[in-house]
Amino acid sequence: MILVYADHDRGELDPLALQVVSAARGLDADVHALIVGPNAEKCVDDLASAGVRTVHHGTNAAIDDYTPRANANAVITVMDRLEPRAVLAAGTPRGSEVLAHVASIKDLPLVTECSEIALTGSGTAEVTRARWGGNLLERSEVSADVLLATVQAHAFAVSEDAGDAQVEAFEVPVTDADLEVSIVERTGAAETGVGLAEAKVVISGGRGMDGPEAFGMLEELADILGGAVGCSRVVTAAGWRPHAEQVGQTGTKVAPDLYIAFGISGATQHIAGCKSAKTLIAVNTDGQAPIMTHADYAVVDNLHTLLPVLIEKARAAQGA
Amino acid sequence: MDICVCIKRYPSLGSAIMLTDDGMAIDTDKLGFTLSPHEECAVEAAVQLKEEHGGTVTLISMGPEGVEEQIREQFAIGADRAIWIRSDSTDIDPQAAAKAIGDAIEADETAFDLILLGSESADNANAQTGVRLAHRLGRPVATAIKGMTIADGVATCERAVGTMREVYRVRLPAVVTVKDGLNIPRYPSVPGRIKARKKPIDEVTGDLDAPSIQLMGLTAPIRESKGAQDLGAGDEAADALVDVMKQIGVLS
Ligand SMILES: Cc1cc2nc3c(=O)[nH]c(=O)nc-3n(C[C@H](O)[C@H](O)[C@H](O)COP(=O)(O)OP(=O)(O)OC[C@H]3O[C@@H](n4cnc5c(N)ncnc54)[C@H](O)[C@@H]3O)c2cc1C
Ligand SMILES: Cc1cc2nc3c(=O)[nH]c(=O)nc-3n(C[C@H](O)[C@H](O)[C@H](O)COP(=O)(O)OP(=O)(O)OC[C@H]3O[C@@H](n4cnc5c(N)ncnc54)[C@H](O)[C@@H]3O)c2cc1C
Repeated sequence: MILVYADHDRGELDPLALQVVSAARGLDADVHALIVGPNAEKCVDDLASAGVRTVHHGTNAAIDDYTPRANANAVITVMDRLEPRAVLAAGTPRGSEVLAHVASIKDLPLVTECSEIALTGSGTAEVTRARWGGNLLERSEVSADVLLATVQAHAFAVSEDAGDAQVEAFEVPVTDADLEVSIVERTGAAETGVGLAEAKVVISGGRGMDGPEAFGMLEELADILGGAVGCSRVVTAAGWRPHAEQVGQTGTKVAPDLYIAFGISGATQHIAGCKSAKTLIAVNTDGQAPIMTHADYAVVDNLHTLLPVLIEKARAAQGA
Repeated sequence: MDICVCIKRYPSLGSAIMLTDDGMAIDTDKLGFTLSPHEECAVEAAVQLKEEHGGTVTLISMGPEGVEEQIREQFAIGADRAIWIRSDSTDIDPQAAAKAIGDAIEADETAFDLILLGSESADNANAQTGVRLAHRLGRPVATAIKGMTIADGVATCERAVGTMREVYRVRLPAVVTVKDGLNIPRYPSVPGRIKARKKPIDEVTGDLDAPSIQLMGLTAPIRESKGAQDLGAGDEAADALVDVMKQIGVLS
């Protein structure tokens, strides 16, 4: 049996949980899911539609919102009772946090961001996982009676398997210490750059922008194309733009139809964030810049003189 | 407030990753080394807290020789001392790493109020050393934090989730793992660099458990040049770009 920790936010299932179910079904047909806390029952139908036939629902009157250690206790309760061969979760901050607590308490290894998982024997597994933001793949062998792993987003396609799931409710054991850290409040968008991860068009600027002023032109172009503005780390480190706009390994990963990189050299850590773009255009004074090897179209020119012309022509084309 | 920051050094990759012939490691022969933005932000946060509340900032790093370079860089921005857990082994998994770091923290005479780490390392990114360390030391932990303020012995921590922020409160002494964007790390000053030369690095040896994760091999997915189509420059390029935008349907 494989156990999937399915995260939800106030009853809204993390869509990646269904991809995790799919990864689990690749290991064993018998997949159970675990949900914790109030409102989680709303997730049962979605989990059932992806092939989960047993959903464990852990509750405790003291748990009213996401509480990492309580969720880890819930995982451990099910683990101890049913002895799954593996426990999988999504490679999100919450998924890796909950499994890291489980791993610490049970003194088990944990592998994260897996794109391939194989159970190779009793107590061994082989995984392929992302390193360096996905620029490098690692193959490793893990020795553990129960494999704990998080699954990389979009590595496994959701497969439907309609049916009903039986819900088994149980009480999650918690101590005061387990309840100490939990969500106490949510605040709205504290930064701009809203929707960068989902934007269909991303217009990014790097060191070649020479300062915050020229970003006004990127905003104009993004506006015309209905897109979002992005940037490189040199730009956020200089304080020209907020970090929420940073694309890359330690920023946001984007997958737009169109990505335009103005004055960005194409360091691996930047490419980690934009390599899923369908079309990449590089505008750079240096025709030999590494970004050119990732680009579909290249413009070797000074961005400061190109942008005003491009904006004017794009606006005219839109009006026409 | 006494703060400890866990840092690790990473090769400066540049634009392509070269592997050693056996495919077991990055070929670092011609590479420099650096810190991760997550860890740079952790050190900056610690130095800011020291400036605000007083106290000390201790760096701790486990790994082979060479990390002194990154330690001195962070001394120059305001860290006071460092503990170097010397280890030439590359066979350290996060379980063993957290245990060795925990041992060193416990053995140290300073009782740290706050221990900061990156949310995940730049290379391995198993995203768990902080949580393991917290359990090892019996302290609460908040992870992947992008905003933090400390008052009355409580760290109020914000985690960015899409366009929202989740707020967690963690009573000190605690462990917090942080992300790039927490702050803007400062550049070292000249006086900072001069002081950095004299700050102490204590060398200790770690007691390492056998790893339960064994590396079998690395691959750098082949990235052949897409053979970018050259759209020229100036007006001609602007026209061509507009055509491309229309063609892929982002401009109507
Ligand atoms: C662990 C780690 C994580 C990192 N994470 C990220 C990340 O998430 N995101 C990120 O972006 N970086 C990240 N970095 C930093 C990364 O390594 C690079 O330093 C950074 O991406 C470089 O930014 P850049 O391309 O804007 O600047 P540069 O590399 O300096 O490139 C500037 C480019 O602009 C061109 N240019 C200059 N003037 C003009 C002009 N007038 N017109 C047109 N072109 C011009 C130049 O030819 C050059 O190619 C990370 C680094 C590390 C070590
Ligand atoms: C298969 C495998 C191969 C490895 N290969 C190498 C290698 O080639 N070279 C190498 O140097 N190491 C190697 N290691 C060791 C490894 O990189 C880490 O030191 C350790 O396993 C922590 O895991 P992580 O980096 O995934 O931690 P994460 O949990 O992702 O790290 C989070 C944070 O913990 C802190 N941290 C992590 N490690 C250290 C450390 N050593 N010292 C101080 N703070 C730290 C940092 O603040 C970091 O941001 C390997 C480990 C494994 C399992």
